[in-house]
Order: sequence, then C-alpha cells, then structure tokens
Amino acid sequence: MVAEPFPGERAVTDAVVREHKLNELEYEAIQRMLGRAPTLTELGIFSALWSEHCSYKHTKPVLRRFPTEGAQVVQGPGENAGVLRLPDGWAVAFKIESHNHPSAVEPYQGAATGVGGILRDVFTMGARPVALLNSLRLGPLDDPRNRYLFSGIVKGVGDYGNCVGVPTLGGEVVFSSCYSGNPLVNAMAVGLLRESDLATARADGVGNVLLTVGASTGRDGIHGASFASEDLTAESEKRRPQVQVGDPFTEKLLLEASLELIQSGVIVAIQDMGAAGLTSSSAEMAARGGVGVEVDTSLVPTREPGMTPYEIMLSESQERMLVVAEPGQIDAIRAICHKWDLDATPVGRVTDDGVFKVIHEGRVVAAIPGQELVDGCPMYAPPAAESPAMRARRDARPNVTAPPLTQSLELLLDAPTLASKRWVFEQFDSTVRGDSVILPGGDAGVIRVSGTDFGIAVTVDCNARHTLLDPFEGGKGAVAEAARNVACTGARPLGITDCLNFGNPRVPEIFLQFTEACRGISEACVAFNTPVTGGNVSLYNQNPDGAIDPTPTIGMVGLLHDVSKAVPSHFQASGDAVLLLGATRGHLGGSAYWAEVLGCVGGSPPPIDLTAERALQEALIGAADLRLLRSAHDLSDGGFALALAECCIGGPWATHTFGSDVDLGRHADDVDDEAWFFAEDGARAIASCEPVHVAAIQRIAHEQGIACHYLGLVGERGGNLRIVRDGREFAWSADHLRSIHLQAIPRRMAQAPATGEG
Amino acid sequence: MNDRVAVVRFPGTNCEAESLAAVRRAGGEAFVLDYRARSLDGADAVILPGGFSYGDSLRSGAIARFAPIMDAVRTHAAEGGVVVGICNGFQIVCEAGLLPGALMRNAQQRFASRPVDVRIERTTTPCTSHFAPGEVIRVPVAHGEGRYVADPGTLAELEQDGQVLMRYVAVDGTDAPHNPNGSTSDIAGICNAAGNVMGFMPHPERLADEALGSSAGHRIFTSLLSSLTGVSQ
Repeated sequence: MVAEPFPGERAVTDAVVREHKLNELEYEAIQRMLGRAPTLTELGIFSALWSEHCSYKHTKPVLRRFPTEGAQVVQGPGENAGVLRLPDGWAVAFKIESHNHPSAVEPYQGAATGVGGILRDVFTMGARPVALLNSLRLGPLDDPRNRYLFSGIVKGVGDYGNCVGVPTLGGEVVFSSCYSGNPLVNAMAVGLLRESDLATARADGVGNVLLTVGASTGRDGIHGASFASEDLTAESEKRRPQVQVGDPFTEKLLLEASLELIQSGVIVAIQDMGAAGLTSSSAEMAARGGVGVEVDTSLVPTREPGMTPYEIMLSESQERMLVVAEPGQIDAIRAICHKWDLDATPVGRVTDDGVFKVIHEGRVVAAIPGQELVDGCPMYAPPAAESPAMRARRDARPNVTAPPLTQSLELLLDAPTLASKRWVFEQFDSTVRGDSVILPGGDAGVIRVSGTDFGIAVTVDCNARHTLLDPFEGGKGAVAEAARNVACTGARPLGITDCLNFGNPRVPEIFLQFTEACRGISEACVAFNTPVTGGNVSLYNQNPDGAIDPTPTIGMVGLLHDVSKAVPSHFQASGDAVLLLGATRGHLGGSAYWAEVLGCVGGSPPPIDLTAERALQEALIGAADLRLLRSAHDLSDGGFALALAECCIGGPWATHTFGSDVDLGRHADDVDDEAWFFAEDGARAIASCEPVHVAAIQRIAHEQGIACHYLGLVGERGGNLRIVRDGREFAWSADHLRSIHLQAIPRRMAQAPATGEG
Repeated sequence: MNDRVAVVRFPGTNCEAESLAAVRRAGGEAFVLDYRARSLDGADAVILPGGFSYGDSLRSGAIARFAPIMDAVRTHAAEGGVVVGICNGFQIVCEAGLLPGALMRNAQQRFASRPVDVRIERTTTPCTSHFAPGEVIRVPVAHGEGRYVADPGTLAELEQDGQVLMRYVAVDGTDAPHNPNGSTSDIAGICNAAGNVMGFMPHPERLADEALGSSAGHRIFTSLLSSLTGVSQ
C-alpha cells in the first residue's frame, strides 16, 4: 500500500506528529499498520479519526455496557441517530450531541452549527425533523463574558432552528460557576419517518459512486474533531478561525433534497459530513459496509482554489452530505438536487480491496487499511478513583443561618437556573409546522404526529450537582427525572439518547465520575425499559480553573397514544383539587436550596428508588389515559415548594396566575419545614384534578403502591399561594412570585452590555 | 369543484405544511406551487407562507419578490384575486409593492416567538369575514423582522381607509409586552385599498385545530374559502 506526499506539503516530523495530538503509542500503531511512515494527509486522517471525539478511545468499553435492546428499538447505537418504533408504521429518530468547545470560543456559530449537525444526523436516517431541544449550561450571569456567551449561544441556536423551520420544544438552561469558560451546548433533534423509509450509512456495492451533495468545501473547521478532544486553555481562543460557519438556508434545502433522495430510492446510503468531514463520513461508511473507498479530492467542489487534499479531507464545512449510489442513478440524483437548488458531484467509488484511498490529481496521497483505520485506535482504560475532594464535598453542610422560608422560596425563584426561561424560549420558534401541543416551559414538550391521533413527548434533563456529589445516583436521577417529565404529560417513556459531558478522563476522579454515571444511567434504563439508542461523549470540558461538574444529559422520547389526552404542567382552574403523589423523606443533600440559598454544594443527593419512580410513571400515565388529570408537574430542583409555586405561576405566556390553599397535614411529620419545602426526593409529582376525580386517582396510585395525598385546592386567579403545616402558615402573592420568576434572567441580561471583550 | 388555493414555496419557505393543512381543514383544496412556475395553475387564491425565503439575505423578502412566480401573483392581485402573505409572505408582498410599508427588525433586536393577542380591525376582507368586529384572538408569532413601519402619510391613509386588518392588543393579566416587535400603531396586519391583498405577521395557520388546544386561527381560512365560493365552477 503505497502513498506519496502531496507536492509542497510539510514533512512528517516528530513535532508535526505531536501537533496532531497523536501520542507515541498511537504513532507506532500507525507505522505498524502502514509498514511505513504516514504522509501528511494520512497523518491528518488518523489525527481526526483517532481523536477522542471520533474514536471514543477512553469510553468505548464503558459505553458498551449500556442496555440497547428492546422491542421498540429499530436502530440502536452506531448509526447517525437511534430509531424507535411508533404505532401504524411510524418511527422516531432522535439524537443529542454536544458543541461545547466551538461555543466556548465563538458562541454564535458554535451553537448554530451544533444545531445544524444534529439536524443532519436525524434527516440522514430518512426522518423529517419535527422537534429540537437543547441543554445550555453557562457560568453565572454577573460575569459579562458569560452574558456574552449566553446571548450569543441562544441567538445561534435560535437563528439556525428557526430558519430551517423546526420547532424547539424544550430544553434546560443551567448556570453554575463550573461552566465559566466551559459552556455546554447540547442540541437534540427528533424526527419522524415511515419505518420502511429508514436509511443507513453503510456503503455497499463495489463500483458504486460516492457523491458530495450540498455546500462546497472550504478551509473552515479543519481539526474541529481534535480541538474538541483537548482541554480548553488560553490558547483555545486562537482556535476561533477553525470554528465552522453555519448556513441554515442551505441546510433547509439539503434537508428537503436528502429526504427526497432517500424516499425515491435512488441512493444506497447517506451520511452527514460532520466532525472530521469527508474523512469520517467516507471511512465510517466504508467500514460499516466492509468495503474500500477511493476518494479523488481534486473532484470535490471547493470554495477557493489551491486547497490541498489534506485540507479537503479535514474540512468541517457545514451543510454537506456524502451519498453512495449506483452509477446509473447519477442523473436522477442530480435532478432531485437541482430541484432544491443544490448540486451533486461524483468524487469517488466503492472498491473491493478494503483500502481507504485518497487520490489528488492522479497521485495517491493516502492508502490505509480501511477497517483498521476506523477500529484500530488504541483503547485506554484509565484509572478511576475517588479523590479526597469528593469525600469532602459529601461531608460538607451549610454553615450559615437560613433566611425565613418565605424569603428562601423567593430567592430560589430568582436564581437563574430555576427562573422562568421565557427570555430564552421567545427566541426559539416553537410553533412552526403547526403540530405543537405543549410548548416549552413545562415538564416535557409534546407534538402531534401529523395525520395521526398520537403524539410524542420530548425532554432533556440532568442534575449535574447531584452527579458531582454522587455520580451513580446522579446518572440514575437524570434518567428518572426525564422519565418523570415525560410521564407527567401522560406519555410512556420509550428510550433515551445521552450526551455525556465530562472533564479530562485521565484524571482518576473524572473517570470515576464517568463510569459511575454511566452505570447509573444503565440501571435506570433497564428499570424503565428505555434503551440507550445512541449519543455523544464530550470530554476535556476543563480549563486551568478545573473541570465542569459531570453532566450526563439525557434526552428522552415518550409516546402518547392519544395526543388529545396530553396533560399540561400548570394549574388550570380554580377549585381543582391539589394532590401530591409519592413519598416525602426530607433529603436536603445536594439540593438547589443548599446551593442557591445557603451557598453550599454538599451532602449526598437523595437516593433514587427506581421501583417508586416506575410506579409514579405508571400512575401518571394511567390517570392521564382516563382523562382524570388537569395538570401534573414533577418535583425536582427546588423541591415541593418550588414545584407548587411553578404550578401557580403558570407557563411563560400565561394570562394569569392561580393561588392555592394547601395543608400538609401530618404527612411526613418527622420532616422539618425546611426539608419539607425544599428537599429533592425523587418519585414525586404535584397533580391537579376536578375534585370528583380525587378518589379515582388515589385508587390508581395505591394500585401502583405509591402515596397520593390530597393537599387542598387551586385558589383564585391572581390569589395567594398559601401553605399550612401544623398550624403554621406560609403565604405569598402568586403574581409577585410570577414577577420574580419572569424577571430573574431579563433583569440580569439588561444590567450591562454583554460584549466579547469581557 | 373545491376552491383551489396555491401555497407558494420559495427556497427557504418553511410554513407550507401548516398552511396546506389549515386550508384543507377549512374545506379547501390546497397545493404547493414552485417559485419557478410562471402561472398560478388555476388557483383561486394565493398564500405566500412563512419561512426564510432565500435565507433572508439582504432583507426579508427582498429577493423573493424577483422570483418568476411573482409576475403571476402581481397579475392575479391586479385582477382582484385574493393574495395572502403570512409572516415572511407579508414581508414579500410589501417588498413586491403589493402592500405599502415595510417590516423592520424587531425593536428589542431579538427574535419573538410567543402567543400574541390581536384584534380583528376589519371584518370585510376575504380573510376576516367570519369574525365579529373587534374580536380578539390569541395566535402565535415567530419572527425577527416584524416591526411594521410606513411613512406618516401612508399610515394616515391606512387608518382612514380601514386598511388595518389586525392590531396587537393588551389583554388583562398578560405580563409580556402586548406588541411583540414595536410595530407602528400596534399594526399586526394590513390590506390594500381594494381589500384583496392581505398581509400579517401572526400565524393563524399554526393554531387552527382543536387537537392542539385551540383553533383560534381556523376562521381566517374558513373566511378565505367562503370569499372564493363562486369564483370557480
């Protein structure tokens, strides 16, 4: 297997190898595989495919332990997106992915191209994207740099999805000092397809043609994959020119063209040119099909003359697809592309020798055994161990005097993490396509599957503070919270996708966080029958000040058989009964109350009881199916008091609030008031219903083996939120609480110009 | 034969699905018309739907007005045919000179996606005849450039001639600003002097089905179809 350097390119010296982030062991493996030193083009290809981002070299053995099977699974991990079965021949494709490092240096484009990439992952499966979600995590808003990142990221996410025309149905925004300098942008896309239209990214058929479709190739994004595989440092700002630039207008055309190419049957396979561009798309498609490929980079349409094969293979220019087709279909493919004002260009072919070959102007500049290129990266099993700091955090307790409980609730509602995200949601189109049933701002978003009676519920969740304090319980808890949110709408959880955001895996404490969080996710997924269908790992979310809190974001999809039964999160009518489902134990460790009000990130988070969680889900689903519920809202961050306040405050655009009049009676009477209000014990939800349905709901709950306490009534519009406990009364004006909740983020964003200079 | 409504698709249009569905739910026949077409293919009315035609390059609607189909749309309008521009479609009919004024960047400089309350100001147009005068409906908006502006003379004319079709209004208890974009005189939509060309920023087509929790926008489309009855055989 011979390859020669491209004229004028640099020699492959030790320094050049190091610059490509390949260590000695990896470089030796490359030389052994080739039987010679690599050319610069080859070195670039290895550097991309053997980056953490593409090779999962630190995480693969752990990820293999995820439960991935179930009757509902059409496509598990390994393709561009996972696919689950829906009724009547329909299926849902979905995936979550991070774009953290690019967003840290160029927030607008970094976030925008994150949305673009995840949309392509979904429509290459043959699915039409119908919903977007995101998990955004930033440092505190009192730092102007964080305000700059926040506004840029929100605008980038919004502008891209809005232009393509996919509604954003939910998300979470979390602020914590650990994300200063390490913002997280996790984007999830959900698409619908007929199961019979499922497309794959498997190159088959020797002699078939490779075509690029969509945008031409420029010099942007070169080495994006390897950038995402190192710590952020002062040098990272220099990476700014390497961040890709998105064009959602072209994406919309590419979406339509790709779906038409798939549905008309003129192509064999299709894959997005995402991270590592033409390199990963062609190499991975070939490896899946067990074939070789030959790519002629001089045929690839470029944005500027004189691009080298190295640059063309590693460009991460956006809005491009690689398609495999029979030679006889080229004209048909071009006709479809022209309909959508795009071009398709043959750039290579499928070969029978298993070699990944790159040719430029007649010269072979890379020739690598294809399967080994994709699978041959050395794998690492770094040590995992607790650090003294982890133990110290678990032993930490608040050491300040707590404010009065009435004031504490107001402080929590004003904490940006817990505050209303209306300022964010207003920048995301949530109603385009005309199928949105429950908009962002509740437990989960719900959309109808157009032309059917059923719908899907979607959510993203993770409590990183819980995961920091106990990675195993945090991993379980992230899945449990997602499932609670889905079940609150009446939908049955079907499966998950995960975005595993962690620090540097070579730090034993961080690798322990990773393995334990994954073990927790697995355990919860088995208990809920929600297999893992794919996802993304983002490591090295770390800068000289430290690593982020471990953040395994869970994206979940659930099925609602009759979308007209969807249950909203907030109170709907005065005089309805208020119920609390599940048991209160008063576990304050790891709570938002300790962190936001008492300034203490410490203790152990509440242990997650998976049996109780499952029972709560069944009770919520069962009651919703009988149309007994008027609202249901899960208890998570901020505990009972915050959840009750949110039920009264209403959604982002509610025309009025509701008071409520509840008496906690003797429930959990060994728990003190502070813990009753703010503990974050799992497996709980607040529901409201017409009083006549209370007995029926209690019967359903008891059949599932969970508590269901009648607490009181939904009050008047604009009334007071009143909680009585053992003769003690706590009261707030619901309108006042709403105003605190809504203003918390806009007030901070208005305080000073948010600039990049901060 | 049902009345036929053409929904024009420019490159970057993204609201064709809900526009087609809203017309069909109101009992009409609807079809997508490619921007390269030279005729309306027998349509009785034309909807220019929402989206980001040509990626909003230059200005929203600035390039779409030169698309081949626009000659046929102009002729149809000049002959008294019904033309409805929704959101990006409103921007396009303004750019094309079929309606006066322009849509500028939202006053708050951010995209606005939310429900708005709009009052139907004129009920004698093809899109509003099924509403009571002064009726208020809650429908979504989703735009970055929706701030309607016109010179003072034009504004005075619009008001005098009753060409303001709908206006953003404050409803008791709502704490979001009632006007989502800072448009002049709270204008959400207008029509031409003859009343056959209409444009508005809100999206009634996205909320025209009780299965979504509200059908507030449905009567825009039943009005439209009843205005056409008798136009075709």
